[in-house]
Amino acid sequence: MSVTNERREVVKGDALEKGDPVVEPVVVVRYSTAARINHWLTAGGFVLLALSGFALFHPSLYWLTGLFGGGQWTRTIHPWFGVFLFLGFTGLFLRFWRVNLWSPADGSWLKNIHTFLAGDEDKMPEVGRFNFAQKAVFWWMGILILIMIGTGVVIWEQYFGAYTTVEQKRVAVLVHSLGAIVMVCILIVHIYGAVWARGTMTAMVKGKVSGGWAFKHHRMWLRQLARSEKTNHVRTPTGTPAE
Amino acid sequence: MFPPLPNPTTAPTPPRFGDQDLIRRSASTVTPPAKRQTEVAKLIDVSKCIGCKACQSACLQWNDMVEEVGVNVGVYDNPHDLTPASFTLMRFTEWENPETKNLEWLIRKDGCMHCEDPGCLKACPAPGAIVQYSNGIVDFVHDNCIGCGYCVKGCPFDIPRISKVDNKAYKCTLCSDRVAVGQGPACAKACPTQAIVFGTKDDMKQWADGRIKDLKSRGFKNAGLYDPPGVGGTHVMYVLHHADKPEIYAGLPNNPRISPLVEIWKGVAKYAGFAAIGAMAAVTVVHGIFSGASRVSPHDEEKAKEMAEKPPAGENA
Ligand code: HEM
Ligand code: SF4
Ligand code: SF4
Ligand code: SF4
Repeated sequence: MSVTNERREVVKGDALEKGDPVVEPVVVVRYSTAARINHWLTAGGFVLLALSGFALFHPSLYWLTGLFGGGQWTRTIHPWFGVFLFLGFTGLFLRFWRVNLWSPADGSWLKNIHTFLAGDEDKMPEVGRFNFAQKAVFWWMGILILIMIGTGVVIWEQYFGAYTTVEQKRVAVLVHSLGAIVMVCILIVHIYGAVWARGTMTAMVKGKVSGGWAFKHHRMWLRQLARSEKTNHVRTPTGTPAE
Repeated sequence: MFPPLPNPTTAPTPPRFGDQDLIRRSASTVTPPAKRQTEVAKLIDVSKCIGCKACQSACLQWNDMVEEVGVNVGVYDNPHDLTPASFTLMRFTEWENPETKNLEWLIRKDGCMHCEDPGCLKACPAPGAIVQYSNGIVDFVHDNCIGCGYCVKGCPFDIPRISKVDNKAYKCTLCSDRVAVGQGPACAKACPTQAIVFGTKDDMKQWADGRIKDLKSRGFKNAGLYDPPGVGGTHVMYVLHHADKPEIYAGLPNNPRISPLVEIWKGVAKYAGFAAIGAMAAVTVVHGIFSGASRVSPHDEEKAKEMAEKPPAGENA
């Protein structure tokens, strides 16, 4: 893939507006192919879970069972999607838990969150590979998936119906449906964030972002990459890795 | 003696109630019929039951069910619990009356109570899998059942059982198919002591009154009718010699009601859920409108290039 092509794909459509002076951007590798496949499988699992789960959540959504071949099939397949999601997220977790560990900078980031929301990211403390909000999404999704698989197994009538009392099942189904709501709320924020910060989608689609994107949103990370030995993560427009 | 129901004619008759008589249908809204049918009820007089299980056999036979051959673990209950095939079960309790020091053998015919406010129906997510007729019968429609087991969570009496064979829920139908053609339930028909009688709910209450008076005259001062108001009353009622403590009859709930957890799950949680998701979507839309997209500027790109070409040496970033 030529560098010029990358410029077009990575930056032009996403980050720059028409008429902006063209700066040949630096291209930064953000996610490996394996990480992206892992992410999209997990995302797909989540969508299938949400559709099949919410089909049973309220009568007004029961028509969603049609997507899965009717009520019996929806009921049957939903927990298996859950197992799939669990495995998918476990992969993401093993990949990313380290870079999502809490750092003191996250605290000051959170204190200034209003500045971030107003779009004044330059006035924010420098951010490493992930900012506070991204870390929060990561950990909350992790915790919620544990809650969902735990409560999900309790209400998985077909195989596990005999192992719990009715009262435990009642608690589980209530927690499960509340958990589903919280997860969808987090998902909305997650997707919105990726769309709001233009140029982010390419990270998950192509695995690369523009240097400017990294400079704006994850400056500390870009700095570290530029400094690190593994220079092939950052490529200058001439195609030579930065020193 | 309670007058037995007359045998039906052999001529085909149209069913006495059907879809037009539904007052509730799971996961659906129905317009209840203008006129409610006379409420029916089955009255189980525990004090008259001899534990012969004729009702259990009759129920299996009428519903064309076969129970697995069980294992004797030293109790009379057989099978050990309600099953997808056994819609009714005699539960035996040996109870020592603390006042008389007598051992009393309490035998309760367990099964669906046909609640006026059925928790199973409230919990069911599948449209039309559980229906309630205006005569009070709560019936499962297996074609619509998806086997989720929500009815199990909704029921205050732990009645529905999910079949491992077809993944559908089963319970006593109050012999809706027999009642529809003017017959009484098979279990009532089979009972040799008239411990089970069937009729209109009013008649059953009246009959129960006579039985309770009789029991009181024999020294059972707490004899009474079990028609729990917490679930709006039931269409299967018990005459108990110790109505003040129903729990001694193999855990018959004292003041049953739909669990508050189920009420929250099926009530406020749904509205709160839709509201939360809607609010979250609205917040993002509003934020998107007011703050606009966060775009990378050419300046950022230039800075990034600088950084890539002249990496900051060793400084603490
Ligand atoms: C992680 C593993 C999961 C397992 C094992 C699981 C299992 C289950 C089971 C057994 C049910 C009952 C219906 C049925 O039998 O199919 C259910 C319902 C449901 N699930 Fe899951 N689930 C999981 C994850 C999720 C996730 C991630 C979501 C959210 C997007 C979700 C949303 C729902 C919803 C909304 C319901 C209906 C709740 C209600 O009726 O109020 N589930 N789940
Ligand atoms: S198992 Fe069948 S009857 Fe019971 S709640 Fe689910 S769909 Fe309704
Ligand atoms: S006893 Fe249980 S299964 Fe029967 S009507 Fe009441 S809630 Fe439904
Ligand atoms: S009413 Fe019919 S279905 Fe119910 S226990 Fe009696 S025989 Fe069985």
